[in-house]
Amino acid sequence: MNHFTPVSALLGGALIGLATSLFLLTHGKVAGISGIFGGLLSRPVNDGPVRLAFVAGLLLAGLAAHFVAPGQLAVPPPSRSLGVLAIAGLLVGFGTRLGNGCTSGHGVCGLSRLSARSLVATMTFMATGALAVALFGGVE
Amino acid sequence: MKSVWTALGAGGLFGAGLVLSGMARPAKVIAFLDVGRQWDPSLAFVMAGAIAVHMVLFRVILRRRSPLYDVTFHLPTRKDIDLRLVAGAALFGVGWGLGGYCPGPALVSIGAGTLPALVFVATMAAGMWLHSHLFTARDPSTRDQSRDVPLHAPPAGPPDSGAP
Repeated sequence: MNHFTPVSALLGGALIGLATSLFLLTHGKVAGISGIFGGLLSRPVNDGPVRLAFVAGLLLAGLAAHFVAPGQLAVPPPSRSLGVLAIAGLLVGFGTRLGNGCTSGHGVCGLSRLSARSLVATMTFMATGALAVALFGGVE
Repeated sequence: MKSVWTALGAGGLFGAGLVLSGMARPAKVIAFLDVGRQWDPSLAFVMAGAIAVHMVLFRVILRRRSPLYDVTFHLPTRKDIDLRLVAGAALFGVGWGLGGYCPGPALVSIGAGTLPALVFVATMAAGMWLHSHLFTARDPSTRDQSRDVPLHAPPAGPPDSGAP
């Protein structure tokens, strides 16, 4: 079902690193998705057009991939029902705001800056993510 | 406004990277976190590729006095490891393992018309709103700290480039 794909993972990661660098060069900010998206939901909204444009870019990439590379997109496995996804979303939304970042803000930007906070956060969410899968179940 | 177009481009490039890397396939994410059983370590290479590129370019970019469309860089300056950081990351991890989505891939998947991703993002937005309602609304002093994209840099602080 899931094959080991180190090359596409590495290349995709390099694109993410380039995008993060482009955002830093142009806007001087960390490209943390939870922060960019979450900032649209707190009041007052600062830099609304820039946040919206970045999110629109993500959506357009998904739209393009739907036609160009549909195999790289998939619905969650059956064990992840809509109810489970709703709870998962709530935890991700609240947790990323409480912890100031997600896989991008802490895992990519923070670790690239050798931030101790981001190292602690990344090790923590990797560990609890693995724990959640161990307890709730994997793909099958 | 040129800055909006570069933000759109950065978002698009970021999204393309997520798609190519396999992060927009929740089963692959779950398999990455399934260390004890059928572990697929591929996604460790996503982080490795992104960090390898950004770690170098980050240093090059910060030699500039300012970014192209702003007067100064706005990088996180906090160094303290507090309960909120650890608790927030822990909750995020549980949600990531349960759903197989983190915020970026979920937004990309909405663009591709994946309905379950829409449910995930709707409650994710609710969770974010709940956080800002519970914490920042009543405690204005933490407002700037609650963002991982600080919007107002400290008046006289140089960019946080000298991290250990």
